[in-house]
Amino acid sequence: MTTATTSVEISYLEAISQALDEEMARDERVFLMGEDIGAYGGAFKITEGFLQKYGEWRVLDTPLAESGFVGAAIGAAMMGLRPVVEMQFADFISCAFDQITEVAAKNHYRWGAAVPMVIRAPFGGGVHGGPFHSECPEGWFFHSPGLKLVAPSTPYDAKGLLKAAIRDPNPVIYFEHKFLYRRIKATLPQHDYIVPIGKADVKRAGNDISVITYGAMVHLALEAAQLLAQEGIDLDVVDLRTLIPLDKETVYGSVRKTGKAILLHEDNKTGGIGAEVAALLAEECFDCLDGPIVRIAPPDTPVPFSTPLEEFFLPKTGDIVEAARKLAAY
Amino acid sequence: MDIEMVSQHIKRADLLQMYYYLLLTRSLEDRITALYRQGRIVGGCYTSHGMEAIAVGYASAIERDDVIAPFHRDMGAFLIRGITPGEVLAQYLGKRTGPTKGKDGNVHMGDLKRGVLGFVSHLADNLPVATGAALAFKIRGESRVVVAGTGDGGTSRGDFHEAMNFAAVRKLPVVFFCNNNQYAYSTPQRLQMAITDVVDRAMAYGMPGEIVDGNDVAAVYLASKRAAARARAGEGPTFLEFKTMRMHGHSEHDAAKYVPHELLEEWKAKDPILKAERLLTQLGYGDEGYFQEVADRAKKEVEAGLEFADHSPLPEGREVLEGVFASEEEVQS
Repeated sequence: MTTATTSVEISYLEAISQALDEEMARDERVFLMGEDIGAYGGAFKITEGFLQKYGEWRVLDTPLAESGFVGAAIGAAMMGLRPVVEMQFADFISCAFDQITEVAAKNHYRWGAAVPMVIRAPFGGGVHGGPFHSECPEGWFFHSPGLKLVAPSTPYDAKGLLKAAIRDPNPVIYFEHKFLYRRIKATLPQHDYIVPIGKADVKRAGNDISVITYGAMVHLALEAAQLLAQEGIDLDVVDLRTLIPLDKETVYGSVRKTGKAILLHEDNKTGGIGAEVAALLAEECFDCLDGPIVRIAPPDTPVPFSTPLEEFFLPKTGDIVEAARKLAAY
Repeated sequence: MDIEMVSQHIKRADLLQMYYYLLLTRSLEDRITALYRQGRIVGGCYTSHGMEAIAVGYASAIERDDVIAPFHRDMGAFLIRGITPGEVLAQYLGKRTGPTKGKDGNVHMGDLKRGVLGFVSHLADNLPVATGAALAFKIRGESRVVVAGTGDGGTSRGDFHEAMNFAAVRKLPVVFFCNNNQYAYSTPQRLQMAITDVVDRAMAYGMPGEIVDGNDVAAVYLASKRAAARARAGEGPTFLEFKTMRMHGHSEHDAAKYVPHELLEEWKAKDPILKAERLLTQLGYGDEGYFQEVADRAKKEVEAGLEFADHSPLPEGREVLEGVFASEEEVQS
């Protein structure tokens, strides 16, 4: 387990561990449930050492039954605890779909029962996980009122958003990107901080084209921005961070400045978050647009396994560069 | 139920109270059915007619601090937890004074302050939720229990099995029950499962189970009390199968022609209110005059409730936008 007072660089994964550890130490209502999170420390070792530190009633290994333990989290949350459940892989969240969309999302609206809980969902491809260990299922929940969805791209945001999610009085699905776990590092503040839910972040300010994205794709956009800067094309990279509630003002602000928008995500193209943001831009920013709204997203297929197939499937830096050049010509 | 057993283990006042709630439930649901036939209730109308003893029995057997996760045949339990006939009628009429302020209808009610977990139409969904409430009690070392149930059809759902298993593994303080009324909508039990007694399912989870006459309020009460005591003592969950018969259709729009007439005749003679009256008579706790007096009292309370509901405002259309998210102040402590 990482300590809370480290001043060295820590990974995205360690930032998640720290957030859980600090919240559990701060608030005894916070407890964890999931498959293999106890003695084994979780499939990705996020909760390594937690069982020894917090005991078996705050770090609960569950039977292999996502609907069952998400339902249990809902019940515990309504009784005043703050459960954080781990999906071993975000893909398995489909087993708990009913509990999330019908019970957790609707309880407060229907009869006023607050459900303060977090579902951690390790998502995303680029790790050769194949169709059942690489999915981006945020689109399924984007359409369910009553849930909050967050997807951090940096260690700072990963820690701050997880703390905010745990302290939020609503069900929050926290999409943590597996590809970023050990690849992205940063030095984090020593003090307790949160990243507020509902606030996007401009990760790179630029004047020519807005790239609106989240999760691992933020880093692709930043890479593309560096390459394009040499050609005199200046990208404004907006990291949504929160998918629901969407920070529309920051998105509109960016596009009003640049007049051009690329929507970039790793979820399938049809019905993805990009489709919704494109529609919002058409409704609210039509007058400011100087070119077509462009979407960069994988084709409408499952996430494939074999390396050339997955490479073809995932958006690449070159796709952004190419799209930006075309847009810049308008 | 054996007279000796009842007089030894159930206080006279408790039994009389249960009788009152049987009549209040019947009276309220009969009134709701009448309103439905008059076209005053839009949407579904589900009753516990002929099954009232189950909810009345289990809800009477637990303590004020305990929690219930009822389903749609449990009107008596809502009433015993303190949701008034007026609130129930307001709910059915879509009024703002109902427990869901018009956001949901019929028996889809819940109230954390009164220890009632609202259920969703997807039956058995609330069983995992109930195990979570019990888990919270266990984590905090509280001596509270949860009673949670579904119908025979609901025991086919994975959530039923996931909840039973998790509760048994962690020895959670839950009393699971099945209202086995022999039909899930139009599907008879033989097309729902290949076993005769739903209670057999308990064995697979290492959980004790018991078959109980669901039309005998005293039997339901005593079985629930035993199971709740076991849960409170840290011995884990129990499964109770309450055998009964659904005497009306699935909903009031359903004439239930698929149910053999003889079966209904057979169960009519086992009506829970008649059974309770026989018991009270044998114990010398009540007579015809008393029964009539209680029936009148129940009817009066229902009529007063209807007046409250009738005079309550409907929500304004724009209230649809309220309540999607909770605020920190609303979190249960």
